[in-house]
Amino acid sequence: MGTIAEQYAAIQEGAQRRIAAAGLEDKIQILVGLGTCGIAAGGRATLQALEDKLEETGIEAEVIQVGCIGMCFNEPLVDITKPGRPRVSYGSVTPERVREIVDSYLVGDDPRPDLAIATIDDESFAGIPSWNEMPFYRSQTRRVLRNCGFVDPEKIDDYIVRGGYHALAKALDGMSPEEVIEEVKASGLRGRGGAGFPTGLKWDFTYKATGDQKYVVCNFDEGDPGAFMNRSEVEGDPHRLLEGLAIAAYAIGADKGYIYVRAEYPLAIQRLRKAIAQASEAGFLGHEILGSGFSFEIVLKEGAGAFVCGEETALMRSIEGRRGMPRPRPPFPAQSGLWGKPTLLNNVGTMFNIANIIENGAAWFAQIGTEKSKGTKVFSLVGQVAHSGLVEVPFGTLLREIIFGIGGGIKDGKAFKAAQTGGPSGGCLPASQLDLPVDYETLAQAGSIVGSGGMVVVNEETCMVDIARFFLEFTQSESCGKCVPCRLGTKRMLETLERITQGRGREGDVELLLELADTVQGASMCGLGQTSPNPVLTTIRYFRDEYDAHIREGRCPAGVCKAMITYRILADKCTGCTLCARNCPADAITGKRREVHVIDPELCTRCDTCRQVCRFDAVVAE
Amino acid sequence: MEEQIKTILPEQPVGKEALIPLLQQVQGALGYVPEEAVCLISEKTGVPASEVFGVLTFYAQFRLKPRGRNLISVCLGTACHVLGGGKIIEALQRHLDVEPGETTSDREFTLAEVRCLGSCSLAPVMVVNEDTYGRLTPDKAVKIVERYRDNGHDS
Repeated sequence: MGTIAEQYAAIQEGAQRRIAAAGLEDKIQILVGLGTCGIAAGGRATLQALEDKLEETGIEAEVIQVGCIGMCFNEPLVDITKPGRPRVSYGSVTPERVREIVDSYLVGDDPRPDLAIATIDDESFAGIPSWNEMPFYRSQTRRVLRNCGFVDPEKIDDYIVRGGYHALAKALDGMSPEEVIEEVKASGLRGRGGAGFPTGLKWDFTYKATGDQKYVVCNFDEGDPGAFMNRSEVEGDPHRLLEGLAIAAYAIGADKGYIYVRAEYPLAIQRLRKAIAQASEAGFLGHEILGSGFSFEIVLKEGAGAFVCGEETALMRSIEGRRGMPRPRPPFPAQSGLWGKPTLLNNVGTMFNIANIIENGAAWFAQIGTEKSKGTKVFSLVGQVAHSGLVEVPFGTLLREIIFGIGGGIKDGKAFKAAQTGGPSGGCLPASQLDLPVDYETLAQAGSIVGSGGMVVVNEETCMVDIARFFLEFTQSESCGKCVPCRLGTKRMLETLERITQGRGREGDVELLLELADTVQGASMCGLGQTSPNPVLTTIRYFRDEYDAHIREGRCPAGVCKAMITYRILADKCTGCTLCARNCPADAITGKRREVHVIDPELCTRCDTCRQVCRFDAVVAE
Repeated sequence: MEEQIKTILPEQPVGKEALIPLLQQVQGALGYVPEEAVCLISEKTGVPASEVFGVLTFYAQFRLKPRGRNLISVCLGTACHVLGGGKIIEALQRHLDVEPGETTSDREFTLAEVRCLGSCSLAPVMVVNEDTYGRLTPDKAVKIVERYRDNGHDS
């Protein structure tokens, strides 16, 4: 035993030794992106093909599975590092392509600039640009995500050699709990789950609360549709979460922590289990951590599919084994939380910032961002944007820069219509708001929220009334039913929106929606109800003309609402290829070969199949 | 059935905190939570059966009816919604002749709608059993699902 610093140094040395012994520096390293998105894009087949090909060619290489580096639009990703050379990243790597790359670059020595995306390095190489030059990465600042796509999430040594758990050692070694809390306060870090409450203040409240037992709870119930930041963070760098939790527990005086994780995230659960076991074995969790007097254990709790459990009081009830229904606050969890004990509840995204703050100091953290929103924020940029993925930008970055700079604009040359931020609690921002800096206050003024970080971009072919209906359908079905304004209010709002999208809208429906929204917002008990009108309010605020077109003209300008559209085949474009007729599931299309085809509107179910299969753009929905 | 459930549950009584994990274990083993399990879990945890049932029906994850041999979960989160997730589920509904939430008469497939699987960048997405598929088209989804149909080789 020695001092905390000595113990940490010994552990880090051990990790360095093990990694050096593996001799990776002298080997070809191949990194395969196998987060959930990599797998969904076919990453496992690519990995299999890669391993087979390596065996067949007899090439010795270290194949490492890593988490998501953010370029989801290029999945499956395979990166190759030859000794002494920069890491080269290849995108859309199918099994055929991985065989081609191995032949060219490993059997031969041609890095194939035509297939490469960039080097993951400051240097360019053989005509392959550095990732710093890519529009996708140029304006990103990767602090929270610094390890994602670099470390093997299943190896604690990888984390430790990159300075992992040093912040915990530093806190335990020379900092009192008060000093840790002061540092977090001074950093200006605000809760990344959506509400943006100052994190240091929350810690202070919990620290000062009296109680024989305190808990730290991490909210990993990432339920907003369109958001996957936390999943990627944990799948790519699970130890960063554990380190943040341990520091928080030390600061507030807790010896037990819970991570409440969505059951829909099996890979993240598996990696967390492994990480907890490794951290316990290494001595970063458990009894008297690093020889200090501080002990801390973490329990994983799997959720069971209830969106409302993202609300803190509901989440704690769910951990206790009850229906996840919120209760009024106060008392706040800091006073009376899990089993009535003082409890600190933070989101995964918040916890991911803690080790950085303790390691580099509050001033370093607050260098970037805006006056009231410090640091960076991770967003999941998805929808009809060209480059979808996981991005991390300083607060204050313009919405336009995120969508058009990093995201590369709208897919297939279509026009931008709106950015939906904050999920069911957020709103839709139109083109006129693109030059807003993204921070908590500015987005709130515009009617939306930063939220947990989901950013769904939609194009001109999306109906904004349908989007509002979509979100209300979601919140209505996820309302726990405890309070009347939410239970009945969301139902009535949904019925009104359904009526409008089904062509049965009435004059005065928009005013009715506004009135209902006001009540639901003001009178609901928890955040789910209070924020549920936001998608309706922002679409009315910015896209009122679409509501009016539905109600007054019986027309859906985007051609989405089925009751208001008919499908027609353009005579001048139809070649009579019969493809649409053969694919129509309702047998609603007739026509002879090489003659113009016709759709029977009575039989047509508006399933859109004909429009999708037509190679001549001859089918239109009006 | 009762005997089978007993083998899943722990021998000793457990606290209320274990209620949801026990329900998850039963569903993990049987594919659903049968009525008999409610009373047995009630005895084990000391939570009244009515409350066990209350918890069971509160969470979307739990099924009260047996599921098919394969579970198809089609994502209808925001990104999937705007990129045509609705068309995926419609195509599967037509192909399998079931409504979302139902099981085919041959018990091969249960079709379910889910809200966001967190693979939004590859939308539209579905999960069949444990396998995630992204960038789907209605046609592709039907073909993938057909690969899971029992061809007599495994049960």
